[in-house]
Amino acid sequence: METLERILAEHPFFAGLDARHIQLIVGCATNVRFDAGQFIFREGEEANEFYVIRHGKVALEVFVPGRGPVTIQTLGEGEILGWSWLIPPYHWHFNARAIELTRAIALDGKCLRAKCEDDHDLGYELLKRFAHIVEQRLQATRLQLLDVYGVHS
Amino acid sequence: MTQAQTFERFIFDRQYFLSLFEALTRRGYCVVGPTVCDGAIVYQELTSPDDLPIGWTDQQDGGTYRLKRRNDQALFGYVVGPHSWKKFLFPPRIRLFRARRTERGFNIVLNDVASPPAPDTPYSALNDPPSGISPSIPIHPTAPKFAFIGVRSCELHAIAIQDKVFLGGAYVDPTYKVRRENAFIVAVNCGQAGGTCFCASMNTGPKATVGFDLALTEILEPARHYFVVEVGTDRGAAVLQDIPHRPAHIEEVQLAEEIVARTARQMGRQLDTTDIKELLYRNYEHPRWDQVAARCLTCANCTMVCPTCFCSTVEDVTDLTGEHAERWRTWDSCFTMDFSYIHGGSVRASAKARYRQWMTHKLATWIDQFGTSGCVGCGRCITWCPVAIDITEEVRAIRASEPNHKEKTDGNT
Amino acid sequence: MMSDPMIPRQYRISRVRRETADTFTLELTPVQDEGTFSFAPGQFNMLYVFGVGEIPISISGDPANPRTVVHTTRVVGTVTRAMGTLKRGDVLGVRGPFGSHWPVEEAEGNDVVIVAGGIGLAPLRPALFYILSRREKYGRVVLLYGARTPEDILYRRELGRWRAQFDLDVYVTVDRATGGWRGNVGVVTTLIPRAPFDPLNTVAMVCGPEVMMRFTALELRKRGVGADNIFLSMERNMKCAVGFCGHCQFGPTFVCKDGPVFPYRRVKDLLAIWEL
Repeated sequence: METLERILAEHPFFAGLDARHIQLIVGCATNVRFDAGQFIFREGEEANEFYVIRHGKVALEVFVPGRGPVTIQTLGEGEILGWSWLIPPYHWHFNARAIELTRAIALDGKCLRAKCEDDHDLGYELLKRFAHIVEQRLQATRLQLLDVYGVHS
Repeated sequence: MTQAQTFERFIFDRQYFLSLFEALTRRGYCVVGPTVCDGAIVYQELTSPDDLPIGWTDQQDGGTYRLKRRNDQALFGYVVGPHSWKKFLFPPRIRLFRARRTERGFNIVLNDVASPPAPDTPYSALNDPPSGISPSIPIHPTAPKFAFIGVRSCELHAIAIQDKVFLGGAYVDPTYKVRRENAFIVAVNCGQAGGTCFCASMNTGPKATVGFDLALTEILEPARHYFVVEVGTDRGAAVLQDIPHRPAHIEEVQLAEEIVARTARQMGRQLDTTDIKELLYRNYEHPRWDQVAARCLTCANCTMVCPTCFCSTVEDVTDLTGEHAERWRTWDSCFTMDFSYIHGGSVRASAKARYRQWMTHKLATWIDQFGTSGCVGCGRCITWCPVAIDITEEVRAIRASEPNHKEKTDGNT
Repeated sequence: MMSDPMIPRQYRISRVRRETADTFTLELTPVQDEGTFSFAPGQFNMLYVFGVGEIPISISGDPANPRTVVHTTRVVGTVTRAMGTLKRGDVLGVRGPFGSHWPVEEAEGNDVVIVAGGIGLAPLRPALFYILSRREKYGRVVLLYGARTPEDILYRRELGRWRAQFDLDVYVTVDRATGGWRGNVGVVTTLIPRAPFDPLNTVAMVCGPEVMMRFTALELRKRGVGADNIFLSMERNMKCAVGFCGHCQFGPTFVCKDGPVFPYRRVKDLLAIWEL
């Protein structure tokens, strides 16, 4: 737990959280490892965790009949995977699959949701951080939608 | 004492205007100047002073131009028409080069010196547009040598502005350079202002102060018709020597000054240029652009008649065999869709964007680009706009909408 | 005879290479031995196809090799389509080089981040060549490259070589994954937050579609790179490349002579104005 605490405290996502909150979060954290090709979660499953990726690369996929799995986005070292755990009904919208050996810290969403309800300061701090992630993903998606390299007429 | 004061000015009588023509023709100049053609005063090759719009004047307002008879025989009793001198210095259409396909590529042929035109070929015949392709029509093998008669002060400023564009940067336009260096300029101080004139606002007139070889002020008295002459260059002085003249009397010089001063008070329009660059830069998104765009036909008239507009395009053409190719440069206008086309579409697709580009360029970005306004207050864009869009009115509307605006009083230019 | 900046010189195509379905690279050598062609990374030439027309194309070769002029072009219009049919031995007209260049010398002593989108990698390639040939003068050098799909990635072989280089960080991403693509998926801006450079000592050179450059500059600013240290390469219609034709005006600037490479600070406000 010593190591996990240090890793989380130093991660930019958690920067600025006070020690008490870090303690609460560490209580919900575990080290995880996924082999290349292994699913981390699947569309429709209950979303009860999020991941701080330490090494490796994860693809967010959606299965399109006729096209097979389509990668919407990839996430790598230092990035946060998953925010459906925060928003009811807590279901994943995409598949997440490790495309190479991936190590991450998994944070138990159920555990965190309960702690956030008990401690709104913690809840607010976490929401602020996830709002930022959601904003980044939304901006990137909008730019992706523009298909800027395509030929338009 | 009188002699000392009048040293810079001379007098020649109307009857000797022909001598000016002769002096210029003798020196090999192609004399061009104002003449009446198709109901307007235009600039063309002239053969004698009789070709000038003698006894004519013009009435101008937004979208309106009419010629009217004067009750005298003035040679320069009008203001500016749809033409400007840029058509001689920066030809509306000119071939840049010809190329011929070869076995392993192509050769570029510049001017066709092999078959020069006859010496008396009129300039206009040398500038015929190609019918598809014209391998046998050469562009002028030797640079044309123009004498401009009747250049107004606003036009002198317009020429100086185009000098900055074509001669003032890292690259020089050789077509312009040779024509410009060869040109002999006889300026005329305006004896009256037109309905769309606002040179006084732009500090570009009505008195010719720089950029001429000779400058004339036409004076019509009941019994006398003469010109007060100012010499601008040695070249001008030499030409004056060929015209019967005498030093001016102080009264004659004063009279000439009064005429110009009166003209300055007659300006049909005015434009407040205070901080105009900043004004337009902070109003790129002003609703006025939508209003003017609703009227603007994007016809490009304003850019064609403008004496400073310098935009051009090139056109590459081949003959049917594909063996010969030519590149032509033609005047272009920022009002066309093609002007800003980059793969996928035009940058300035809306009329609003195109009008804004033109006016902002003219009055604001030009200052950043060339250290001077691109507008000389000649009023042509107002007169020749089919829907009478008025650049002075557009500036006024934007200025008036600003919170700290104070109305500037008339005549304070 | 006065030299006319509108008259092209003739260059023979010594090599044609297909890059992607709609892009190709031409290597050109002068027909008359005119010595060398020197240019600065980021500059462009006007390329003339006999009888068809002339267009501005950035130079994408190695500035240290003045014998060959290299252009990578995408087929988007009449002239580029005609250019795409040319073969080895054919002749093109060339005018140039024109315009401003990437601040490769000014960047010495700093980290360098090169952000390219689509065909935008072509004008940045000479900057990479230049920097890699004096690698010791720079801090970290990072290339972030975004393409539409894996099939649209330019200079694959070179990217592979650069990626293997220990002193250059290369990150490639695509907007849309296809086939067996195992690399990054997402717009190029998503690579910026975690790219390895020190924002306070970084010079960023950005080229791609205008929207992509706008978003990229915002992301670089968010990361802390100064507006004076971000450089963009603009594109506008051009007929003359020497400031006469007026077509390439972008606010008070002429892209042909004030650009194409601009410090972000100079164009930031202009980029926000629609249809400028």
